[in-house]
Amino acid sequence: MLDDIRYFFSEKDVLEVETPLLSYSCGTDPQLDFFSTEYVLPPLQHRLFLQTSPEFAMKRLLASGSGSIYQICKAFRNGESGRFHNPEFTLLEWYRVGFTLPQLMDEIAELIGLLFKGRQTLDATQRFSYQDLFHRYTGLDPLVFSYQDYCAFALDNHTPEAVSICGLDHALWLDFIFSHKVQPQLSENALCMVYDYPACQSSLARINANNALVTDRVEVFINGIELGNGYYELTDALEQDRRFNEEIGVRQQRKRPVTVKDKHLIAALEAGLPDCSGMAIGLDRLLMLLSDSTSIQDVLNFPVYRA
Amino acid sequence: MASYSTNEFKAGLKVMLDNDPCAIIENEFVKPGKGQAFNRVKIRNLKTGRVIERTFKSGESLEGADVVDVDMQYLYNDGEFRHFMVPDTFEQYQCDEKAVGEVSKWLKDQDSCTVTLWNDVPLSVTPANFVELAIIETDPGVRGDTSGGGGKPAKLETGAVVRVPLFVQQGEVIKVDTRTGEYISRVKE
Repeated sequence: MLDDIRYFFSEKDVLEVETPLLSYSCGTDPQLDFFSTEYVLPPLQHRLFLQTSPEFAMKRLLASGSGSIYQICKAFRNGESGRFHNPEFTLLEWYRVGFTLPQLMDEIAELIGLLFKGRQTLDATQRFSYQDLFHRYTGLDPLVFSYQDYCAFALDNHTPEAVSICGLDHALWLDFIFSHKVQPQLSENALCMVYDYPACQSSLARINANNALVTDRVEVFINGIELGNGYYELTDALEQDRRFNEEIGVRQQRKRPVTVKDKHLIAALEAGLPDCSGMAIGLDRLLMLLSDSTSIQDVLNFPVYRA
Repeated sequence: MASYSTNEFKAGLKVMLDNDPCAIIENEFVKPGKGQAFNRVKIRNLKTGRVIERTFKSGESLEGADVVDVDMQYLYNDGEFRHFMVPDTFEQYQCDEKAVGEVSKWLKDQDSCTVTLWNDVPLSVTPANFVELAIIETDPGVRGDTSGGGGKPAKLETGAVVRVPLFVQQGEVIKVDTRTGEYISRVKE
């Protein structure tokens, strides 16, 4: 699988890079927990973070003129362990300068097609907008938050606990309903790409030029398993800084561990990130699909409890 | 009683949910890459036996339930209660019909079974997987009946009715799987 990926990108003249796993800053996403460690260099002592993804470092390379790049590396997310999660996992992340999201989606389909060829059968790729897909399986509009409709849906679908879990948090409702009621219904044996995510789940994606309610973000699924996430990347330094501050605010509210926002990334965006699209795919989960495994532990030599 | 966080939910763990004792059957960590983490948990309500699915926000916790399984010997039925005894300690427990339920049809005096105690009160009774019971009523066998094909109902000494092969006679002792209610074999006296 790794050979095929490297071949795929070398054919397309995308450069393989390496960036640090340890960094002075890390993602501010309120949903991600990081690992941190002490860097001791007497008399100084610094706190370093294990990256939750190589995104920031790779964007710095892009801003300094690297052109299209890819990386296969480890990423770390604290507290994530389950049938599809291991706190240390392998990511394939790539950025294509000048690509729009639809172009990136074509490339994702091409890569997945190549990797499945001769290993597993895969039906034709399906593409849905988040809104259409959400509406199809729930009858709800994900872009406009209607507390009453969402509650009624939860009660009708035997998940009354959603009301107390989600409260008035629109994004949380979407996470709940999408992961419980939509994701399990996505087709078997086909690559499903879901695009135009609601703006409240934008993270580092750009707001869509034609519809401010959605962002240029894509998620890809096979057999209802989330494989990865891509954006038409946000290049606006001010907007990025604003989102960082907002996320740090949310983290404080929820009393999550404090993070340090990446000033280098802001500086890189100020210097100018070229228009580009980027994608990250969890290779362990991809390997699960390629080998028909039911648990991520089956494709890891030493899952965390034996690491 | 200790409380357990979603990370500690393992199959078999007994917890309190909506004031009822429950056993965790399955716990799946669900987390969208950029979203909130949930735990989708399958739980059996130990009072009703019903299995439900419930979602928790990861990190939430539930109170543990003081539920233990104890091997006991079934003693007798006094009409209102059924009495059980722990063989090691001779400690006795009485169960009402609600706790025993359907299981009563497999209970023969002196047989051992598992009694689930919640706060030291019997909650449910599980018979041994296989029990040996005498047939008190069944149609007589006819010459030529073999193990192949068909079968007939037979009433056992405890009141249970199971399907047995045609050659099995009234008065014989048979072995039955209590989980499926199926005949396994004849037992030689």
